[in-house]
Amino acid sequence: MSAHDHNHDHGHAVHAHGSMKDYVIGFVLSVILTAIPFWLVMNKVIEKSSTLGVVILALAAVQILVHMVYFLHMNTKSENGWNMLALIFTTVLVVILLSGSIWVMYHLNHNMMPGMAQGVGASAQTMRDMP
Amino acid sequence: MSTLTAQGAPGADLSSRYYVAHHHPENGTLLGFWIYLMSDCLLFACLFAAYAVLGHSYAGGPTGAELFDLPLVALNTAFLLLSSITYGFAMIAAQGQKKNATLAWLAITGLFGAAFIYFEVYEFLHLIHEGAGPQRSGFLTAFFSLVGTHGLHVSSGIIWLVTLMIQVSKHGLGEANLRRLMCLSLFWHFLDVVWIGVFTFVYLMGVLP
Amino acid sequence: MSQPTDHLIFGRLGWDAIPYHEPILMATFAAVALGGLVVFALLTKYRLWGTLWRDWITSIDHKKIGIMYMILGLVMLLRGFADAVMMRMQQMVAFGDNAGFLPPHHYDQIFTAHGVIMIFFVAMPLVTGLMNYVVPLQIGARDVAFPFLNNFSFWMTTFGAILVMISLFVGEFARTGWLAYPPLSGILASPDVGVDYYIWSLQIAGVGTLLSGVNLVVTIVKMRAPGMSLMKMPVFTWTSLCTNVLIIAVFPVLTATLAMLSMDRMFGTNFFTNDLGGNPMMYVNLIWIWGHPEVYILVLPVFGVYSEVASTFSGKRLFGYTSMVYATVVITILSYLVWLHHFFTMGSGASVNSFFGITTMIISIPTGAKIFNWLFTMYKGRIRFELPMMWTVAFMCTFVVGGMTGVLLAVPPADFVLHNSLFLIAHFHNVIIGGVLFGLFAAINYWFPKAFGFKLDPFWGKISFWCWQVGFWITFVPVYVLGLMGVTRRVSHFDDLSLKPWFWAAGIGTAIIAVGVLAMLIQFGVSFMRRKQLRDVSGDPWNGRTLEWSTSSPPPEYNFAFTPVVHDNDTWADMKENKYQRPRSGFVDIHMPANTWAGFTIAALSAVCGFALIWHMWIIAVVFFFATVGATIVHTFNYKRDFYVKADHVAKVEGERTRMLESLA
Repeated sequence: MSAHDHNHDHGHAVHAHGSMKDYVIGFVLSVILTAIPFWLVMNKVIEKSSTLGVVILALAAVQILVHMVYFLHMNTKSENGWNMLALIFTTVLVVILLSGSIWVMYHLNHNMMPGMAQGVGASAQTMRDMP
Repeated sequence: MSTLTAQGAPGADLSSRYYVAHHHPENGTLLGFWIYLMSDCLLFACLFAAYAVLGHSYAGGPTGAELFDLPLVALNTAFLLLSSITYGFAMIAAQGQKKNATLAWLAITGLFGAAFIYFEVYEFLHLIHEGAGPQRSGFLTAFFSLVGTHGLHVSSGIIWLVTLMIQVSKHGLGEANLRRLMCLSLFWHFLDVVWIGVFTFVYLMGVLP
Repeated sequence: MSQPTDHLIFGRLGWDAIPYHEPILMATFAAVALGGLVVFALLTKYRLWGTLWRDWITSIDHKKIGIMYMILGLVMLLRGFADAVMMRMQQMVAFGDNAGFLPPHHYDQIFTAHGVIMIFFVAMPLVTGLMNYVVPLQIGARDVAFPFLNNFSFWMTTFGAILVMISLFVGEFARTGWLAYPPLSGILASPDVGVDYYIWSLQIAGVGTLLSGVNLVVTIVKMRAPGMSLMKMPVFTWTSLCTNVLIIAVFPVLTATLAMLSMDRMFGTNFFTNDLGGNPMMYVNLIWIWGHPEVYILVLPVFGVYSEVASTFSGKRLFGYTSMVYATVVITILSYLVWLHHFFTMGSGASVNSFFGITTMIISIPTGAKIFNWLFTMYKGRIRFELPMMWTVAFMCTFVVGGMTGVLLAVPPADFVLHNSLFLIAHFHNVIIGGVLFGLFAAINYWFPKAFGFKLDPFWGKISFWCWQVGFWITFVPVYVLGLMGVTRRVSHFDDLSLKPWFWAAGIGTAIIAVGVLAMLIQFGVSFMRRKQLRDVSGDPWNGRTLEWSTSSPPPEYNFAFTPVVHDNDTWADMKENKYQRPRSGFVDIHMPANTWAGFTIAALSAVCGFALIWHMWIIAVVFFFATVGATIVHTFNYKRDFYVKADHVAKVEGERTRMLESLA
């Protein structure tokens, strides 16, 4: 069966192969980038929620990049750049979907849900006081 | 790649300019699987969008700060991250044609994945028991669906992993199985990427006032 | 949600699910049952079951699958059109005391089914079938990248259609309109099975479509003949690439949104409920994020068809190839930025509405550029008015009007008056019929000889064509007028008698279209009977310009004995100009994928699971879910999925073709 397999696959594309080093670096970076946000939140290190929110989102973005590079071997060469193109395209769409939906729903809630004036982003306390 | 015959010498056979005898197109499985993962990204994006919109709709019920058990989430994150690196070790073994090492690392990966699912189910059952099930509020609906969908993906990954382990032990590490292992690798790491989004956006931000 | 009255095995399915008291349905069932028995009997008499299974059901050949998609689409067109006829008839008579023959309970299912069927089970399969058949041939490939997945995708789509058809005779269909907005589609307002049929048929078909999208993108990226760079691809392949990118990018949104709706219905969650923190407006937002790109998924392939047809029948290279490609890519990207124009009136306010109104107007620009390019292609060409060209010119006139009414609707204040009026209905029928349907008819007439080896009869084709042209305008101009007068959509009864003449005009137009549909069916029949006279011997009946015309009609199973090498756009035209000679020797074994039982089987199991979920037959649903997964796993244990077409067989087939071509010269 393997003899049959081998002459089947000509024009073998360059598959990124991970090395032990890549995985270990990625792992260590990920552990650090996970521990920091957990520590920040569990110990309430930063006063303002919104700042803290931005910080942990930024850390998440960096960790996603780490995963992409070290675990998923993302680069501009694999599959002649089609992988990267697909990723960029998807990212753009995800941003449009998330930001578009949040923007639209915020306005819809604000205009169309009377008494729920805060809608998206209302604080927990206000929400608890709602009838 | 395919070979082209010479063109254009006077009196030469012009038709060979227009055909080639042997042509094997490149295998498209990894690109195809990557593209499928991009579509899965969009599926999760919808669930994240729903969570963004409904995430504060507590309907007088419990909030994230009251419900989320961050140490448990940290433990689960550790399990998933460890499973990512053990899968990486499995891939290295596979590329080195070491069947037993591959199977061993795959088994460990599966165990970490199973631990992740176990604690997640435990968390869900606990929440439901406390009256904070998915029917309680829009917030909880969005929470259970987003985290639950991720969990279903991990579970499917585990089933796929077990199936692949059987196939590798039966058929060895040939072209087809290596390709399948690479696809599962993409899938597994992708789920870890989604989890980064989940623990950040749902759990960590969910406990912030 | 499970009720205490649910039966353990049969859930909420009972004998009362069969509509004994609806004469129209019982008559339809009798006709369908009779027709089915006749087909069954003929298949048995001529011993065709084996052939059916071996050559069609299990086939992974993109050509066979493409043909099956077209058959599915055309059959469902008849069902969807029947729904349209019934609505027209109701609206012609239901005034004042006359309630018409369709009570609202029934009428509402008809307009819902009409929309669902036309979009998901007519337009999508026809467009997919076209791309499946033509793209591999145009790029010089032997099949698509994932032949098994192709077969599986087809059967998932078909079983989705079957579920919708079953809803006619067992239970009922949704009464919510084709997009099933909550809270109307939620469990409180629609506790019956209708919305569940809707959800599960679309979820099943949606999986098929998504996988088909992945398949075609990888095919186009990886399997182009040597020398065919992206900018040397035929325009139809370009539009197919963009269409399938759109499919991959948006069908997950449909899947997720319908899943959320089904969770609300089955488990009592609160995504779209009115209380406990749900938000029905979010459904509208998400579903249109899918819905708008969906209409571009329908129209982009036919834009590609028009490019091919315009250049072939003008005898000229397409004008502005580069700008066509850029226009297509721009449309693809912009289609993600306009979705809110479907719900300007839901209340997002001026800033949001203005943004989306502007983007909607901008997206009409690249389409306009394409129209100009087609016109410039025709200019100073030697135009042959064969049927594909006739449909193309008709498209240009019809679609442009529909597009302009779209730009009118893109202005939010105008849309506040016209939203959900008959003006909207006329607009989208204008662009879908004038754009998508005319393009499909052009494509069918264009590529039919390639697929079957004989042309379609031009006489009956022209009758069908003219009936559609006259019938379309007579139907829809009154609908535009009614919309401007303020008439709302989806209404089954009126009190204002002054509307009646307009509805009568629309009804007469529909009757003319019906003659056109009948003429098309006759065209198929007559063409089959006259196939010897209409035979396409050379494989290139239209003096085509792209690679599919270099093969025989129909092509051999392996498409190309030798993979072509590409040097220029309009590859086949280039080869003909340079007096290309067919190779006569040196044939090699050709590696081809083998047929599969798994696609049909997995799809069938998932459909039974879907049926069980609809009727709350939980045990059966669980069993069949595991069976579906099990069958999939069993399939993955099959590593031997290919075979070789032997060189002497290839030599024989190619030799016959060479002799046939020489006999023509």
